[in-house]
Amino acid sequence: MVAFNVLVAVALAYVAFLFAVAFFAERRAAQGLGGWLYSPIVYTLSLSIYCTAWTFYGAVGYAARSGLEYVTIYLGPTLVMVGWWWVLRRLVRIGRTQRITSIADLISSRFGKSTSLGVIVTLMAVVAGTPYIALQLQSVTLSFSVFAEAGGRPWGPNELAGGARWVAVGLAIFTVLFGTRNLDANERHHGIVMAIAVEAVVKLLALIAVGVFVVWGIAGGPTQILAQIDASPIARWEQNGARWFSLIFLSAAAFICLPRMFQVLVVENVDERHLNIAGWAFPAYLMLMSLFVVPIAVVGLRLLPAGANPDLFVLTVPLSQGQNGLAMLSFLGGFSSATSMVIVATIALATMVSNHIVVPMWLTTRSGGEAKMSGDVRYVILLSRRLSIAGVLLLGYLYYRVSGGGTALAAIGLVSFTGAVQVLPALIGGIFWRGSTRVGAAMGLITGFVVWSWTLFLPSFGNGAVITEAVATLGPFGINWLRPDALFGIDGMDPLVHGIMWSMLLNAAMFFAGSVFSFPTPLERLQGAQFVNVFDYSTGSQPWRTSAASAEDLLIMFQRIIGGTEAQAFFQRAASKQGKVGYLPDVTSEFLENLERELAGSVGAATAHAMIGQLTDGSGLSVEDLIAVADEAAQILEYSNQLEAKSAEQDRTARALQDANEQLTALSVQKDAFLSQISHELRTPMTSIRSFSEILRDSDMTAAEQGKYAGIIHDETLRLTRLLDDLLDLSVLANGEVVLQDQTGSLSALIERAVSVAGHGVKLTIKRTRVGEDVVLRTDLDRLVQVFINLIANAHKYCDAQKPALRIEVSHSDAAYRIDFIDNGSGIRAENQKIIFEKFARISDEGKAGGAGLGLAICREIMTRLGGQITYLPGQGGAAFRVVLPMTAILANQ
Amino acid sequence: MIPSAPKPAAFVAKGTYRRRRMRDLARAVPVIGVVLLAIPLLWSDAALNSGAIVYIFVVWVLLILLAAAISRAVSTDVATDTPKAR
Repeated sequence: MVAFNVLVAVALAYVAFLFAVAFFAERRAAQGLGGWLYSPIVYTLSLSIYCTAWTFYGAVGYAARSGLEYVTIYLGPTLVMVGWWWVLRRLVRIGRTQRITSIADLISSRFGKSTSLGVIVTLMAVVAGTPYIALQLQSVTLSFSVFAEAGGRPWGPNELAGGARWVAVGLAIFTVLFGTRNLDANERHHGIVMAIAVEAVVKLLALIAVGVFVVWGIAGGPTQILAQIDASPIARWEQNGARWFSLIFLSAAAFICLPRMFQVLVVENVDERHLNIAGWAFPAYLMLMSLFVVPIAVVGLRLLPAGANPDLFVLTVPLSQGQNGLAMLSFLGGFSSATSMVIVATIALATMVSNHIVVPMWLTTRSGGEAKMSGDVRYVILLSRRLSIAGVLLLGYLYYRVSGGGTALAAIGLVSFTGAVQVLPALIGGIFWRGSTRVGAAMGLITGFVVWSWTLFLPSFGNGAVITEAVATLGPFGINWLRPDALFGIDGMDPLVHGIMWSMLLNAAMFFAGSVFSFPTPLERLQGAQFVNVFDYSTGSQPWRTSAASAEDLLIMFQRIIGGTEAQAFFQRAASKQGKVGYLPDVTSEFLENLERELAGSVGAATAHAMIGQLTDGSGLSVEDLIAVADEAAQILEYSNQLEAKSAEQDRTARALQDANEQLTALSVQKDAFLSQISHELRTPMTSIRSFSEILRDSDMTAAEQGKYAGIIHDETLRLTRLLDDLLDLSVLANGEVVLQDQTGSLSALIERAVSVAGHGVKLTIKRTRVGEDVVLRTDLDRLVQVFINLIANAHKYCDAQKPALRIEVSHSDAAYRIDFIDNGSGIRAENQKIIFEKFARISDEGKAGGAGLGLAICREIMTRLGGQITYLPGQGGAAFRVVLPMTAILANQ
Repeated sequence: MIPSAPKPAAFVAKGTYRRRRMRDLARAVPVIGVVLLAIPLLWSDAALNSGAIVYIFVVWVLLILLAAAISRAVSTDVATDTPKAR
């Protein structure tokens, strides 16, 4: 037999050892030497707080009562862990980017940093968590009492209560010491995590040791134990499918939603890659924890008297065999399970209570700008944490006392799980569905909580304890379909399955409906996008408006929470990042965003948001801000469009300039050619005039000769005059200086006149179609006839046919009147057709024609002035020119 | 014009393709687990616990081994996570 005092001494020594481990780990971490603290093994072991005393002792009891069903409690977390790629990876990433401090913080932060949601989740977590803490106190106390009884001095109720009280006080001290040592920016507790990892090893070793002893020491090997299992009363495989799946679902969901599990899974996670290892290592841990449960239960049922409490088989089986050392180890395992769970659960709950209830209340009582000036916030927060820890443990202890610590408490485990799981719809919806809103989340949470309380929690106090017998059987106010074990009149379900199903179903339905029919605030939508798309953009964009808050005020506030050195270091870093020296950076929206996130790591998103909001005149996010942001984006877009348009325009301008340049170059070439041409044209008659005038001056000659030379000079002068006239004419026309006269006359008469001027006495046959010529023109007839004369003269000069003939044809379309001059010569070759209207363009040898090549150029200028045009008409069997008159020039058909 | 997100490529390198399928497998593990753990429910009531125990623990170990094998395959790209590579 173990002396009770020895047991107490061992327990105290163990606690001292844990203190030392925690202290050592804290110191290493503070010195920056704790590399091994961040290993995936420690992370995996810290997850083992899932295996509480309820599982350490209770699983065997569970197996003794209902056979294999106990594995569901471990299978659910196994499925979540092996499927870490689905939910856990996302949760951990969100937790890291948003500096999440608790599950209430996650929900509150996701739904627009809502304080009220944080309060709801916190209250639910406290209500659901308190019985569980009470359960741990009970199991530790019971395990003590087992040894006391074995020592021959059974404990009465007073001793039990006293034991529980001392355990609670001890746990409170440990938790306050290591849980609130510092108000770290990332809310991690290296000392506690390390202590938990050690405890995880102890409880695994203890359970395996007991299992090995039972299988090989008592039963005599694996084959025998399997035979004994089949022979035992729990041998039948009679698993109810609904219960099997409900429990797997429940434990899987609780694994994510329990505040303490969230704390170790997400908040204490230092590296996302640890999930990768824990994804298989933690299921292996769970598998080993549950491997020997059934053998221990079967052997316990066989060996111990019928009335023995199966929940304590892990202790009583070794004790009954006289294995005191093993019993001691087993006791330490159970003690570890209970304490590690209580410590983490207390920290998680205290963080939530402090961040979501106490600090917001404290902030409201000192509203306005006082937050930055009065009181030490850091001290207030730490104090509120410590008081919360003590308060949570006190609640657990009171629950233990009130409930009487009997079997009623043992049943509370799964009920407590179901309460914690009510967060699931809001949690999963929040991280996967952008459309979920605060209203929906609140409705779902409250609905789930109410249904859970009514169907599971209140009945768990026992028949007639809270819900009277009459209400339980007839329903409240005699409303039959509201009976706690048969909602909507559906009878005969397992009460637990009934409670899980209805609470989750109604919770999820209200969450969905509330989300679909409500409208989220801008901040909610922003947070929703960041949570759901956490893998797309890992930096937040919290558009704090640059505001009136001075950097100094912010520094004062920040110092009060984080502590002077850390706060100054943070501000200095921010300042140097902005290229400034000193401690006061510019208050940009980016800086505010970083500051808020840093604060959120200590006091939660909602409180951090509110604190910054107070200092920045509450200028948080408004619809106007969002619109302004959108406008800015639109403006940038607009600007870029404008730039693009401008660039396109510049391209066009450049091309136009290039064209113009080419034209100018061509014109310059033309001008040069024109000058050389004109000097040539002027020089030829001038040369003859000079030569013949010299002859006249210098030599004696007959009158006939004189007359002849004077005639030549006169001809050349005329030619010169004509050339100059033409040039003048052309220049006047080209410069638009010509004044057109408004004259009226018939086309027929006009052609007559032209023919008579240009064609008289020549061998050119002129054919006319007089029908079309019967039209009255109103234009500058003198100019028009000049064109006709020119064309007829050209035909006369250049037509190389044997019997030259010129057809003059008149036709008209809707828009224009056309007069074609077509001769029967060989025409103009295609390559020359383009240049014939240019100045000095002559295609045959010049001597024959005797013109300067200005005629057609003048014709073109005239026709342009008259609003018509003159073109060369190819393909008519000879040279053909078309004169086009605009319809405006036609007065009337005769 | 709003610059639209680059279109996911229809064809990726063999290594990338294999990694993505490994992620699919990682997602499938819990589904496989649920299916395998549902099978005992189909057994007749005459079945004995020892058989169920052996079955469930064998499934459990298989799931752990599968998860461990996959974790090695996807471990290279957890840190350098590319969001679009789904």
